[in-house]
Amino acid sequence: MTIAAPAPAAVTASARQPNVLLDFVRQQPLGTVSFVIIFLMMFAGLFSALVAPYDPLDIDFASILGAPSWEHWCGTDAYGRDICSRLIYGSRTALVIGFTSSFLGSTLGAILGVASAYFGGKIDDWIQRFVDILLAFPLIVLALVVVAAFRKFTVGGVDVNLIVAIAIPILPRVARVVRAAALSVRVMPYVDAARAAGYSHSRIIFRHMAPNVVAPYLIMLTAFIAQAILAEASLSFLGLGVTEPTAAWGLMLSGNAADFYREAPWMILFPGAMISLAVFAFNLFGDSLRDFLDPRFKV
Amino acid sequence: MTTRRTALKGMAGAFALGMGGIHWDTATANAQAKPKRGGTLNFAISAEAPHYDPHASDTYATLHLAGPFYSTLLRFNLAKFPSVEGDLAQSWTVAPDLMTYTFKLLPNVKFADGTVLSSADIKATYDRLRNPPQGVVSTRKATFADIDTIETPDPLTVIFKMKAVNASMLEHFASPWNLIYAAKDLGADQAAPRTKVNGTGPFLFVEHIKGSHIAGKRNDNYFRQGLPHLDGFKGVFTLQAAAMLNAVQGGQLLGEFRGISPAERDRLVQTMGDKIRIEESSWTLNLLVCFNVEKKPFDDVRVRKALLLAIDRWGGSAGLSRISTLRSVGGVIRPGSPMATPESELVKLPGFAKDIKKSREEARKLLKDAGQENLKFVLWNRNLAMPYTPAGIFLVDQWRQIGVTVEHKQSDTGAYLATMNAGNHDVAIDFSNLFMDDPSLGLAKYLSLSRAPENRSRSNDPELDKLYDNHIRERDPEKRKAIIRAFEKRLFEQAYQQPLLWWHRIVATHKTLMGWQMSPSHNLGSQLEGVWLDT
Repeated sequence: MTIAAPAPAAVTASARQPNVLLDFVRQQPLGTVSFVIIFLMMFAGLFSALVAPYDPLDIDFASILGAPSWEHWCGTDAYGRDICSRLIYGSRTALVIGFTSSFLGSTLGAILGVASAYFGGKIDDWIQRFVDILLAFPLIVLALVVVAAFRKFTVGGVDVNLIVAIAIPILPRVARVVRAAALSVRVMPYVDAARAAGYSHSRIIFRHMAPNVVAPYLIMLTAFIAQAILAEASLSFLGLGVTEPTAAWGLMLSGNAADFYREAPWMILFPGAMISLAVFAFNLFGDSLRDFLDPRFKV
Repeated sequence: MTTRRTALKGMAGAFALGMGGIHWDTATANAQAKPKRGGTLNFAISAEAPHYDPHASDTYATLHLAGPFYSTLLRFNLAKFPSVEGDLAQSWTVAPDLMTYTFKLLPNVKFADGTVLSSADIKATYDRLRNPPQGVVSTRKATFADIDTIETPDPLTVIFKMKAVNASMLEHFASPWNLIYAAKDLGADQAAPRTKVNGTGPFLFVEHIKGSHIAGKRNDNYFRQGLPHLDGFKGVFTLQAAAMLNAVQGGQLLGEFRGISPAERDRLVQTMGDKIRIEESSWTLNLLVCFNVEKKPFDDVRVRKALLLAIDRWGGSAGLSRISTLRSVGGVIRPGSPMATPESELVKLPGFAKDIKKSREEARKLLKDAGQENLKFVLWNRNLAMPYTPAGIFLVDQWRQIGVTVEHKQSDTGAYLATMNAGNHDVAIDFSNLFMDDPSLGLAKYLSLSRAPENRSRSNDPELDKLYDNHIRERDPEKRKAIIRAFEKRLFEQAYQQPLLWWHRIVATHKTLMGWQMSPSHNLGSQLEGVWLDT
């Protein structure tokens, strides 16, 4: 009598190996859709010159206020510039400023939050009172103050002060959330062990505590990209962000658009839709990421 | 004198012809209605000046801020523009050789602080204008350089004696920028008018809330009997055109006296119907492309000329006039005015040719010769949407077409002027803000920096200075025209700066606002003493 050998266990183990990307797609379909939108925006921003049908700065007085057509899918503006091309190039402005300011604000906020939780005592008190002061101002108001206080300082066509202006209001919000997460990490035995082993403060913060607050950090980072894009668009709309003729969504809603939106509603319709879509996509992606990373949300 | 009078009559006639087809209904409206006393005029000022001293300024923002509080020696009669009338001067005589001007002042005129006006105040003001002390800027220094002495034989008589003839001197005495300051104030501090308001105008200063408004109340001691009609005024700073339009539409503001764009006009007419009054005129104002010749590579005439050649003014005029206040192509004198260069001659000058393809080929060649094929620079501009932003967008596009990369920087009026006045710009969109068509005014901006502080190209060109001097001494209109042509040829060949386009003025006011007079210059009529409310 022969007994059949059992199937190799390795096959089953291999089939069950977790695939983070596939899990995310399966568990977060809306998050996946938003990621696709973000990816398309990033692609358009990175390869604007290849994707855009026209140069966004090309003036064509013969096509002033042209309605959407096969030639100009989203119509033309008051200077005869192709709106579709300006939207594509505008995604570059939105993403560069949105991502950079969110990264800057979130990273500095995370460092401040972890340091605050780690040191505790008076340092924690001082940092938290400073955070309280910054939190007292709404994001856009604080950004407005910073932009108005500092003159433009452009590097490679990007206004560094605008990035800083948007990053500053993000900083306290991330600091507060990350501090809360870091407080629970701080009491972990391995942190005590590291302290007992005589490691430096910076080593404990960066090597042992920071990696354990990455999840809230990433969630805040993505969520604030949306806020930063909105802030950039608002500041540009108010004339304090990027200047003409740079293609930027907020800017496309102001200036001549305000004069001609009755005759040419496409001048405000498409940039408005792009801002909404970008904010929606980043917010949704941030929420999905939180649901995916937070074990409490797992079934 | 006869030659001069004939010339002035001719100019006035031609001006009237030039205004043909332009809609001005203020005079008719005023003639039919009897002024009512009382009320506060709320109006928009679309830029906020950094100080109250028009002597040191060439932006309307300063005049709309300070104008209602002051008087001038003479002024333009807007109903009969460009003829002049007395303001503080009761009467005047001009010597036949144009070398002496004698003014008799109105008696019992008082400054806001109660000081009685005398000839000493006129002398102190004009001394400051023609020969400003260290640290004080007089934008009209060159205009009054021909004054030799100012005598004050009695408190009500001022005598200006000239070093040389200036055929347009009387009009310059009517300049709205020459506000009369108190000698007492200037004696204490020559810079006082920058921060302190003390004039003999129809209104008394009440408050200036930065970023918000300036307010004035009726001067009960104003020297014109029965004026002003208003109890007071409030000039609200509305830097955003949309905010201004909404306020006018909603009735919070009754108008804006600088000018609005064609689209803004259409919106107001569409939404307000017969409640809004629209008046239009050509405008004694142009935007200039201005190169800082003290900075490399703009010290090279080939680079400057290449950049001017790349601009398609004729195409720009057709397009920009649909969306902005920019309209006419012209040289240094307002197109259509008596001394202006006709189109047939203009197209022969650098930067005005109609064959833009050929011009741009020449521009590329010039840049190559200068070793500047990959030229990059910053274009400084004012953050006033109309028409500075359209002009900036247009220029960036024009220069891209010859391979030049331009960063467009826009800043508020104060920072913009400070940057240009300090010579910190590479290339700027400057403006030539005139209050009359007389070429002695239009040409002055292009004089050497040592003579004209408002020359933001910072050029020093003795040949242009000489042509200007010859022009102001010349009384024969035909000879004056010939000098202007030579001046323009030299200026544009050297390409220090050049008019981009001339503006078209559109003013919208509520029909309840009466007595305000339209003119081709937004610098005129800022005193507001004849304005009243028909409510």
